[in-house]
Amino acid sequence: MILTIARHELRTMFLSPLAWVILGVIQVLMGFIFLAQIENFFLLQPQLIHLQNTPGVTDIIVASVFQIGSIILLMIMPLITMRSIAEEKRNSTLCLLVSSPISMTEIVLGKFLGLFGFVVILVSMLMLMPLSLYSGTTLDFGKLLSIFISMLLLLGAFAAIGLYLSSLTDNQTIAAVSSFGTLLMLWLIDTSFADGQTVVAYLSLLRHHQSLLEGVINTADVAYYLLLIIAFLVLTVRQLDRERLL
Amino acid sequence: MEPTALIQVENLSRFYQNHRAINHLSFTLNAGEVLGFLGPNGAGKSTTMQIITGNLAPSEGQVTINGFDIIEAPRQAKSQIGYLPEHPPVYRDASVDEYLTYCAQLRRVARSEISQAVTLVKQSCGLNEVGQRLIGNLSKGFQQRVGIAQAIIHNPPVVILDEPTVGLDPIQIREIRSLIKSLGEERSVILSTHILSEVQATCDRVQIIREGELIYNAPIEALNHDKETCITVAMKRPPAIETLQQLEHIIRVEAKDDQRFHLFFDSNSPAETVVQQSVAGDWGLFEMIPDQQSLEDLFIELTHHHQEESEGVDE
Repeated sequence: MILTIARHELRTMFLSPLAWVILGVIQVLMGFIFLAQIENFFLLQPQLIHLQNTPGVTDIIVASVFQIGSIILLMIMPLITMRSIAEEKRNSTLCLLVSSPISMTEIVLGKFLGLFGFVVILVSMLMLMPLSLYSGTTLDFGKLLSIFISMLLLLGAFAAIGLYLSSLTDNQTIAAVSSFGTLLMLWLIDTSFADGQTVVAYLSLLRHHQSLLEGVINTADVAYYLLLIIAFLVLTVRQLDRERLL
Repeated sequence: MEPTALIQVENLSRFYQNHRAINHLSFTLNAGEVLGFLGPNGAGKSTTMQIITGNLAPSEGQVTINGFDIIEAPRQAKSQIGYLPEHPPVYRDASVDEYLTYCAQLRRVARSEISQAVTLVKQSCGLNEVGQRLIGNLSKGFQQRVGIAQAIIHNPPVVILDEPTVGLDPIQIREIRSLIKSLGEERSVILSTHILSEVQATCDRVQIIREGELIYNAPIEALNHDKETCITVAMKRPPAIETLQQLEHIIRVEAKDDQRFHLFFDSNSPAETVVQQSVAGDWGLFEMIPDQQSLEDLFIELTHHHQEESEGVDE
């Protein structure tokens, strides 16, 4: 049942031009960044030769492409998540799901998996760019996998936060703006508490992203993202349940 | 057949902040019955239906559907119901076939039976020609039919329709009504509306609700027996009211103006006598209108009475 809803979500996303446009725009932007990084690599190459234990292509190009990419995606993910529940509320189609023999949890999980399906498509398409380097050089596939996983976790967390904020309103713009604000806030924490080992700094979305991008799959970082996703999904279920009482 | 209660609503109350939308409402829906749920705007019809279908939680009271409590066993309870809300919950950018297939999946129709269920429901709702079209491009009447189709696709024993004919043209209204009638042959239906003739045309039983309270509940036939019926006659040279009053079958006469009179009667129509007497007495009868608005009278009487009571006006 969860999969039925997820499949439907994904289908609806691609029925509107929005999903296609977003995929296209991100691909162009990331392509540009990718080329810029390659050029950068060529500039660095003469110096790298003299060093021992030099960082490889995967570190220099791919990791930095996705580091910049995650900021771009932070701005774009709210546009994907904004409609998921807010639009159903506005068009009063949520009622179809609620009056069907399905639990709220299944509805929310279905919605989230639909969004996550889009994330997988998006990240897979972006991963094709570094893979194209394979024709000219050797790549560290372990690191690529780590980057892939870290992108999925990061965007999954974006999606869960966006889904929750979309359940709070029936206005898509408000949902988009508020999720954008929240994500930006979680990013800014990193710059303002850059040195600190405080609890607040620990909440930063991108700090945990960093070590994963470097190829270190740390249980603490993975758990951070999973807990964040679960927390926001639970909040969404609670929010939708609460609305029946109002 | 012994009537079994498919839906049992007990002592239902619902508050929106401090406003009480439903006040200790209790009623039952029996198997094979079409129940008309009638009330002025804002009387609590939609709220009641949303509670029965699990879209809203009740503040107090209990709703049991075919033995399943909507709060304690929502999944089983909801699978017994098909619900068409006020605005049909259709995805405008899906085609009718896609949409109905999705609905069938949501309602847990077995995978092997889905295409058959879709075909069947399209047939009974007259959607055969529009299966491939996008719902957003269909007319309001067709969208409404798609809404009804999604409510009955899993073959539920109870169908709940919230104002299914709002915004339709007269021909569409007639079609939807006959569709509802045919639904009522196999299923129990709750139909909410504020259009009185709709209830008279389709329902077995009528319930009138006002300010969240049930103020009338009776089989539709009882209406005709309960109430005196009335014909309105117009005469150029009317006799004295007493003369009319003494005619056969007439209970009461009310003068509407100089020429028009309401003649109330019990079971036998006095029309024939009136015509005969008119000819004999040269009353110049030129109009005779049987009054079929008995439900409307009742409705206005009941809702109006309450208003007067609550406003404390004595007449």
